[in-house]
Amino acid sequence: MSQNYDVVVIGAGMSGLAAAIRVALAGKSVLVVEKHDAPGGLNSFYRQEGRVFDVGLHALTNYAEKGQKRAPLNKIFRQLRIPREAFDLNPQVGSRIRFPEASLRFTNDPASLESEIAANFPDCLEGYRNVVRFVEERDATALEDRGEMAGSFLAQHLPDPLLREMLLCPILYYGSATEDDLDLDQFVILFRSLFLEGFSRPVDGVRTIIRALLKKLKEVGGDRRMNCGVARIVTRDDRVEEIELDSGELIRAGSVLSSAGLVETNRLCGLNDPGDRVGRLSFVETISVYKENPGNFGWNDTITFFSTRRPFRYRRPEDELVDPGSGVICIPNHYQYGGGRSLKEGLVRLTALANFDQWKALPKEEYQERKADWFERLQQVAREVLPTPTKDPRQSLVARDMFTPLTVEKYTSHLGGAVYGSSHKAKDGRTDFDNLYLCGTDQGFLGIVGAMLSGISIANRYVVA
Amino acid sequence: MTKEEVQKIVLDIIEEIAPDEDVSSIKPEVRLRDQLDLDSMDFLDIVMELRKQHGIEVPEEDYPKLASLESCGEYLTPKFNAKA
Repeated sequence: MSQNYDVVVIGAGMSGLAAAIRVALAGKSVLVVEKHDAPGGLNSFYRQEGRVFDVGLHALTNYAEKGQKRAPLNKIFRQLRIPREAFDLNPQVGSRIRFPEASLRFTNDPASLESEIAANFPDCLEGYRNVVRFVEERDATALEDRGEMAGSFLAQHLPDPLLREMLLCPILYYGSATEDDLDLDQFVILFRSLFLEGFSRPVDGVRTIIRALLKKLKEVGGDRRMNCGVARIVTRDDRVEEIELDSGELIRAGSVLSSAGLVETNRLCGLNDPGDRVGRLSFVETISVYKENPGNFGWNDTITFFSTRRPFRYRRPEDELVDPGSGVICIPNHYQYGGGRSLKEGLVRLTALANFDQWKALPKEEYQERKADWFERLQQVAREVLPTPTKDPRQSLVARDMFTPLTVEKYTSHLGGAVYGSSHKAKDGRTDFDNLYLCGTDQGFLGIVGAMLSGISIANRYVVA
Repeated sequence: MTKEEVQKIVLDIIEEIAPDEDVSSIKPEVRLRDQLDLDSMDFLDIVMELRKQHGIEVPEEDYPKLASLESCGEYLTPKFNAKA
């Protein structure tokens, strides 16, 4: 006698949890199955020697104040019926894009970036305002693929290639599954979420958000099973009938929402997917824990997006494990936590592009060695890119960790450690099967807010309506 | 059930799904969208709650009939009474 649910959701990441909450709110029975013991997917957390580390989350983008009702963040609170206080969102101090020739500071007030562009790129100011207007007016969350690219759009408006590269750098790093350029609608969503809305973070990191989602799911009667991998999606003709778990247990499902990814989901269905759409882009990240606030070294920006080289390239490094020529440095201490709250230790995280296959090919001993080498090398990059430290950060280092594309693959089940998934997005969430839909990364809305919006949109369209 | 009672049910649902909206001064004859910040996702929630709480089905082609509180009353009252 197998169990029976109206909807089975594969994956307890942000999109899967949000989708499941919507399904349960609509009065349908729902089960979330998650392969790992920790929820959150790409945006999770782990404990090590008494510390809690986030993975994924540098910042929650799409920050919006209460009352901005059209903002995606506030739509999410409404759709999931979660009070905004539950997320404990504290706005950033200020971030920066650093290139060899110029630097642009921006905050959650879009006027700050505009005035930086007026000062540094006066010839582009009018064009920049046109870009902003376009972004504000475009309905980019329509569930369709219009096939336009951001690079040629920007070239029409911004005559200076340096500014184009500087604006693309944060956008590509925070959500592009394609190299050097991205779909125009994804650009619009990310531009809005980074430059017009901005960054925030809960003082305890991503687990605050995950807990709020889990609590809501429980409250509305959704079921959840952890350490529960899916072995197979059992199909018959054009429909999914059952989910077979790793344990062999079968669960009947009226419909299935999968956040496992496009190629990954196809393979679960037994389709012979050649894998040519597996994403190429993966990252390494170093985490340095200091006994003091990195502000003491003169490092005061919340997030630094950098390139030490022109033209800026956002590509998988071909002959190296890591490309140290560009990346993102995040200092979680620099959010306006309020109420006298602050982080107990200093944290600096550096993310850079990496080659999954090269990491995968390393023998075990060498893997550890190369990981240690790259940790040191990336620390040096941070010291060179950030303002010259007023004291040596190395004297203050108390703990460190690093993850590689192999870590990403292990914990997200994204093939190739592809953080942003396949280069091909199924925007309408449809698959080869009538009652199987994709949500999450490979549906095409990215970031934490994007992922939740993806789960909500797909659940609304195919299950709730 | 009277039209006024049905309108009260709709107002209660709006308060539940959009607790930050002030529903006390809604004019029944004016479109809800013009008085409150409701989008298509919110209308979907009104339909969802009508089904869940009261067993009332509103097919997608009839969504425009929920435009104002007045039209909600006109359209939904017979449905409520047919059920009773």
